[in-house]
Amino acid sequence: MPAPIRLRELIRTIRTARTQAEEREMIQKECAAIRSSFREEDNTYRCRNVAKLLYMHMLGYPAHFGQLECLKLIASQKFTDKRIGYLGAMLLLDERQDVHLLMTNCIKNDLNHSTQYVQGLALCTLGCMGSSEMCRDLAGEVEKLLKTSNSYLRKKAALCAVHVIRKVPELMEMFLPATKNLLSEKNHGVLHTSVVLLTEMCERSPDMLAHFRKLVPQLVRILKNLIMSGYSPEHDVSGISDPFLQVRILRLLRILGKSDDDSSEAMNDILAQVATNTETSKNVGNAILYETVLTIMDIKSESGLRVLAINILGRFLLNNDKNIRYVALTSLLKTVQTDHNAVQRHRSTIVDCLKDLDVSIKRRAMELSFALVNGNNIRGMMKELLYFLDSCDPEFKADCASGVFLAAEKYAPSKRWHIDTIMRVLTTAGSYVRDDSVPNLIQLITNSVEMHAYTVQRLYKALLDDISQQPLVQVASWCIGEYGDLLVSGQCEEEEPIQVTEDEVLDVLEGLLVSNLSTPVTRGYALTAIMKLSTRFSSVNRIKKVVSIYGSSIDVELQQRAVEYNALFKKYDHMRPALLERMPIMEKTATNGPTEIVQTNGETEPSVVEAKHPPPVTQPANQANDLLDLLGGNDVVPVIQTTMPTKPASAGGELLDLLGDLSLSGAPAPAPAPSVPTSQPSFLLDGLSSQPLFNDIAAAGIPPMTAYSKNGLKIDFTFERANPNPNIAVITIHASNSTEADMTDFVFQAAVPKTFQLQLLSPSSNVVPALNQGTVTQVIRVLNLQKQQLRMRIKLTYTHKGSPVQDLAEVNNFPPQSWQ
Amino acid sequence: MQFMLLFSRQGKLRLQKWYVPLSDKEKKKITRELVQTVLARKPKMCSFLEWRDLKIVYKRYASLYFCCAIEDQDNELITLEIIHRYVELLDKYFGSVCELDIIFNFEKAYFILDEFVLGGEAQETSKKNVLKAIEQADLLFETTTLHYCTKFKSNK
Repeated sequence: MPAPIRLRELIRTIRTARTQAEEREMIQKECAAIRSSFREEDNTYRCRNVAKLLYMHMLGYPAHFGQLECLKLIASQKFTDKRIGYLGAMLLLDERQDVHLLMTNCIKNDLNHSTQYVQGLALCTLGCMGSSEMCRDLAGEVEKLLKTSNSYLRKKAALCAVHVIRKVPELMEMFLPATKNLLSEKNHGVLHTSVVLLTEMCERSPDMLAHFRKLVPQLVRILKNLIMSGYSPEHDVSGISDPFLQVRILRLLRILGKSDDDSSEAMNDILAQVATNTETSKNVGNAILYETVLTIMDIKSESGLRVLAINILGRFLLNNDKNIRYVALTSLLKTVQTDHNAVQRHRSTIVDCLKDLDVSIKRRAMELSFALVNGNNIRGMMKELLYFLDSCDPEFKADCASGVFLAAEKYAPSKRWHIDTIMRVLTTAGSYVRDDSVPNLIQLITNSVEMHAYTVQRLYKALLDDISQQPLVQVASWCIGEYGDLLVSGQCEEEEPIQVTEDEVLDVLEGLLVSNLSTPVTRGYALTAIMKLSTRFSSVNRIKKVVSIYGSSIDVELQQRAVEYNALFKKYDHMRPALLERMPIMEKTATNGPTEIVQTNGETEPSVVEAKHPPPVTQPANQANDLLDLLGGNDVVPVIQTTMPTKPASAGGELLDLLGDLSLSGAPAPAPAPSVPTSQPSFLLDGLSSQPLFNDIAAAGIPPMTAYSKNGLKIDFTFERANPNPNIAVITIHASNSTEADMTDFVFQAAVPKTFQLQLLSPSSNVVPALNQGTVTQVIRVLNLQKQQLRMRIKLTYTHKGSPVQDLAEVNNFPPQSWQ
Repeated sequence: MQFMLLFSRQGKLRLQKWYVPLSDKEKKKITRELVQTVLARKPKMCSFLEWRDLKIVYKRYASLYFCCAIEDQDNELITLEIIHRYVELLDKYFGSVCELDIIFNFEKAYFILDEFVLGGEAQETSKKNVLKAIEQADLLFETTTLHYCTKFKSNK
């Protein structure tokens, strides 16, 4: 068999291939040759063949049949073989395949080889791709080499140790003794890798961090020497001595100084020195300054130093090099929360970056600009941002539009300005605004009562120009429907009123209905708007005609609307004016539920009303009033959560038991007070079979769930979100009883984990009638600030057929929408 | 550093060094995507881009793109220096290195990289020391092959 061709020969040949197919053919031929050569167990050419295989692998062809060959090469005594073998292992093997474990023994031997270059190969391979198992087996060898005096090996061992720690964090401890005098090395390679090792250990373990804090003075000294020492040809980069080491030391100092006053103080001087003395004409100097700034911002530095850091970033913003500008914007974004005023000083430069050509810079500048908007600069900033919105790429428009809306909402100097801004966004980036902005805007418009005429006029004019942007069209149609009368009567105060006839308005709206550009949703808006105008305009006949046409529309939604509106004209004409009246002002704050939540943490409060004198069953009207108080009042009704009126404050104690994760086995069931007849009225909600107000309020689409179902007692949970605070979930429990006997003295208690807060309102009654004849309802309000998964433990006690029953249960099946 | 890729203006891969464990399929996918993204960049744009949850630092030297993926806490500007140092090492070793050198001596390019970077971090900050180590290792390489060849001849 002829000798396999050399590597260079193969590369040359393959490069002559003119098509992909030709190349594939050559490769296949060569692979076949290599395969048969491997089969012959030929030691001579194995190295050459594997090298060729690696080349073909880089071109994208499969090479897995060479994996075992790499292992054989590694095991060989020849350095040439080992070198290619280890390279092949790093390229072809990966830790998912068990075959890689066969390397472990070879690596172990090579780590103890007499030639340092062989040891180096082993360390390199282990540090690059060692799996957890390999690391576990070989950590001892690495630790040994970490203590050697050979700096060539020591530096490699340090980085190998870093890899071992990343793979098997528990092994970190064993490297601790070897780190003792790593920093006293003179060799920069060892110093650099040692700092990397120390950084890794400090990042992973607070104990290590505390332990290594004592190295701060030594690190400061090394850094100082680097800066002060003269020209060192070996480590010089553009006049700076070993920038790689400087940057790593600065990073380690950052970690050591964070939240530690003493360390931060110890490094203040050197940081100031580096910040002021580093040459900034080349990238390498700026790299060091960048790291310095990051360190200053993260440790407990004095304010002068912080200002220095921000000014460095400000100077970066003016640098010609776009990389530097990018880095500056990124860092400023991180610091804008904490050092807001200092960053504000660079606002104009940041705003200029909006016009930069680079996409990443533009995005950073946009984010930063929004972060800097406040009540003082809103007008100026908004002008720039709107200009940006006009000219930016589509990928930015959605985020920019949302940002503009948010900023406008927070800082709008006047209602007119606010509406103008919104109009501007809708007309320039109308198709990119988010879906929820349409209802938000409508709500905003209704609330600006004095601006209605102005708004509808401007929207009408915008519609005349362009009907392609759906959100704009939707808002405009809605407004015209509501305020069309203002439009035709020319009442606008803010600007020159336009002359518009009713027919022109209807023309526009009808145009929307037939246009191809309108989405079904938009058509729905338009039709409803036309209908509303029937009470505001006099040309009712025309409207009737339009509506009846759409009674046979193919679009189901439109058809339904048209048919209903038709019916409104025909049979319910007397109701039409009332139904199509002006919308009331929609408040963002809800009209249900008190606006504050009493912190209960799952504990109950003792009943407010004396147990022995329960309020008599008063007229329902009275109770209804109380119900309204509960709902509408801003004065918080203290938690009237009670259990039985006769239950004393020990009820709180039992709930604490619930929280305390104890088995409540022997806990005495609260003895039902004999004096409590089943007709005992409970508090406010007696007489009302359910809580219609709560139930009728549209649930936020969260599906109800069954929380408990046992022994005939079933408890369902229904959900809604409480406005104004979306972190509060309002849960109504419905307890029903399918057995043939009533469950009396029914008490429902609930407890939640510490990150939540719970408020339990009073139940509708404490008797769950038999055979599902009625339900007991009770409202729970849960405050979930940390948006964690909702879990609840409930405790039920009741008397059934004369004997007390008690049960504990965990409720874990809350639908995600209830707590997200 | 999580990985380093070298590729030509036509998107042909010239070197790939991975410091994180990934399957061959994943590597191919990442390579394809990243090559496409970087090649689409205009010359005036900055050398950094965000890609998935990593930062990509790239620089073009003649016909070759050098592309590194670093983590959030790594310093982009010093990574540029690391790329530059590697190019300098190649240049010194090959004498005015060009893409062809790296194509025909790809294994040497790997060896040099492995003497400069280990596990994604720089192991030696002195140019001289890296080159010296490579030189010495090459000698071992040469002598053993030489030794082998004479042996082979004599057996014939």
